[in-house]
Amino acid sequence: MTSSPTTATSEIVEVKGHIIDSLILPKILDQIIDANGSFEILDITIGKRKSDASRARLKITAANPTRLRQVLRRISALGATPVDAVDVTLRRATKPGVFPEGFYSTTNLPTQIRYRTRWRTVERIEMDCGIVVESRGRRAVCTPMHRIRRGDLVVCGGAGVKVTPLERSRQREIFQFMSSTVSSEKPKGRIIAELAEEMRRIKHDGRKILVVAGPAVVHTGAAPYLAQIIRAGYVDVLFAGNGLATHDLELNLYGTSLGAKLDASERSEAGHDHHLRTINAIRAVGGIRQAVRRGLVKHGIMHACVKRGVPFVLCGSIRDDGPLPDVITDVVAAQDAMRRHIPGLELALMVASTLHTIATGNILPATVKTVCVDINPAVVTKVADRGSFQIVGLVTDSESFLRELARCLTSVKRRS
Amino acid sequence: MTINAPRFTLHVRRLLMCWPTHYRIAYEINPWMRRRHQVQHHTAQTQWRALHTVLTEQLGLDVSLIQPAKELPDLVFTANAGLVVGRTVIRSNFRYRQRQGEEPVFERWFRRHGYRIVTLPPRQYFEGEGDALFLGETLFFGFRFRSEVAAHETIARLLGARVLSLELLDRRFYHLDTCFAPIDRQTALYYPGAFDTYGRRVIRRFIPRPIAVSEADALRFVCNTVVSGRRLVMPMGVSAPLRRTLTQLGYRLFEVELGEFIKAGGAAKCLVLYL
Repeated sequence: MTSSPTTATSEIVEVKGHIIDSLILPKILDQIIDANGSFEILDITIGKRKSDASRARLKITAANPTRLRQVLRRISALGATPVDAVDVTLRRATKPGVFPEGFYSTTNLPTQIRYRTRWRTVERIEMDCGIVVESRGRRAVCTPMHRIRRGDLVVCGGAGVKVTPLERSRQREIFQFMSSTVSSEKPKGRIIAELAEEMRRIKHDGRKILVVAGPAVVHTGAAPYLAQIIRAGYVDVLFAGNGLATHDLELNLYGTSLGAKLDASERSEAGHDHHLRTINAIRAVGGIRQAVRRGLVKHGIMHACVKRGVPFVLCGSIRDDGPLPDVITDVVAAQDAMRRHIPGLELALMVASTLHTIATGNILPATVKTVCVDINPAVVTKVADRGSFQIVGLVTDSESFLRELARCLTSVKRRS
Repeated sequence: MTINAPRFTLHVRRLLMCWPTHYRIAYEINPWMRRRHQVQHHTAQTQWRALHTVLTEQLGLDVSLIQPAKELPDLVFTANAGLVVGRTVIRSNFRYRQRQGEEPVFERWFRRHGYRIVTLPPRQYFEGEGDALFLGETLFFGFRFRSEVAAHETIARLLGARVLSLELLDRRFYHLDTCFAPIDRQTALYYPGAFDTYGRRVIRRFIPRPIAVSEADALRFVCNTVVSGRRLVMPMGVSAPLRRTLTQLGYRLFEVELGEFIKAGGAAKCLVLYL
């Protein structure tokens, strides 16, 4: 699966009239077959008297959306019309940042709208947004509330909107090695090996991998493994908060994470303020990139990102210390910064971060494969309950997960 | 709503025609029309008058006339005004902008003459008797180039009659009345090349005596025939074999030179509407 939205490959059409006597129905069926499509007659009512019209509903399936459009075009000239063939209702936004009354609220599933008799795929789909028709109807773009400008044409009501559910079989194909139920009883070694294989394939196909990481990655001692995975080129973008970056940098500057020595599992003397001194030092040089370039930071996750040129989005929260200069403290601006990295994503790997996992889940299309790794099963359940049902969960400690993943990615030879 | 007066007969007594005062090739909306191949105005008047004379004097039909309109050169082809069933007319929705101006003109005429007017949904194309011809209780309906199949279902519902749709394949025969002519309950002329295998099967299955005409005859518009009882008014140039077949079946042929109208893709039937 790719992160570009899939579009429908089947459509329900209706044909009415003297379709049996006129041989219109057999002709439609023949034309579907001739165009390499297939059909299922959902129901048919045949007129009893010769003046009675007949009616049939057909489900037409084709190999891909283009082929389906060709089939539909061919049979529409014979009177077969899609059952839900109405255009969307558009209303103009009268205030910036406010949807018009009755606006259509999006899901994260592939969505199409019908405008002036043509179906258009909604770009940048994510849940809980609206759909704006742009460029005089040529584009339909999923738009968050705060980005609405006055005069934008916004889709209202559900008519003319088609949402394509992800088929279960397709989900299995994506993650054959996992089921979406959360369990700590899974054979993790095999699962992680197959995830590594999937990551290799994604990179081979030139697609993008997102990692969302929480501070526990550093606390549990997994930072070197994540850095190793970044250096090996398996991460295209990192989403995190002030905490992960601070603790990773603290580990580099002081050898502690929130004051605790990771190697000795004891608190370092006077270590309680290490994270504050770290933030202060980074603020003094102007930011994380400057700290790496000046040699202040020599290892770790943020170092690997800067050296490898991997973009990172650090989003602030109300409890942050500092924060680091790289942290975006305006949450709406932070969401937009995250959104800019969504196109082209095929896999999102979320490790030990509840808030950032939920925030990212909110803006991901359902077509992006999402793996959530957390020691707490409630995190995975929570994200899935908020609508990111494409998520597959792995209940495990982040250190053992990342250690195993790094080992698989850097040592196992690629299967052909 | 149902129109409770299906047409059961082809014994037509009344027709609607329009003087070709303003008839010319002003645009090109079918393969016959070429502005450079312009109409000889005087000849067209003569040919039309000859047709009118045959219909009124030899066949004794009652012909009503609609006032010609300068900006509507194709108003002369009254067959496309709509489909008349009893005192109701299903008004045409022309596909081409160039002819859409005819809709209110015809509508006014029908209203003035006491017809009930039924219109189809906007943009549902239907070009009247050009694409809809009765054979007994069954309406044969041509679609693709001018009328569209969606109108078939609407009209079937309005009439409560069987409507058999025939897809047209050849642009030269863009209306059903250019390639298909029911001439009595048993018989129809048709040009097989204008239909696909489905259409040909429908014609052969529902018409006991279908008469296939040659391409040469079809191009001389023999299917564009006005039928009144056993008398057929056709454009000049019917081939000897077809004339023989029709004569042997007991039909009487009246041939009228209509070359100036064939220049626009119409002949005898296109010039009249059955009332």
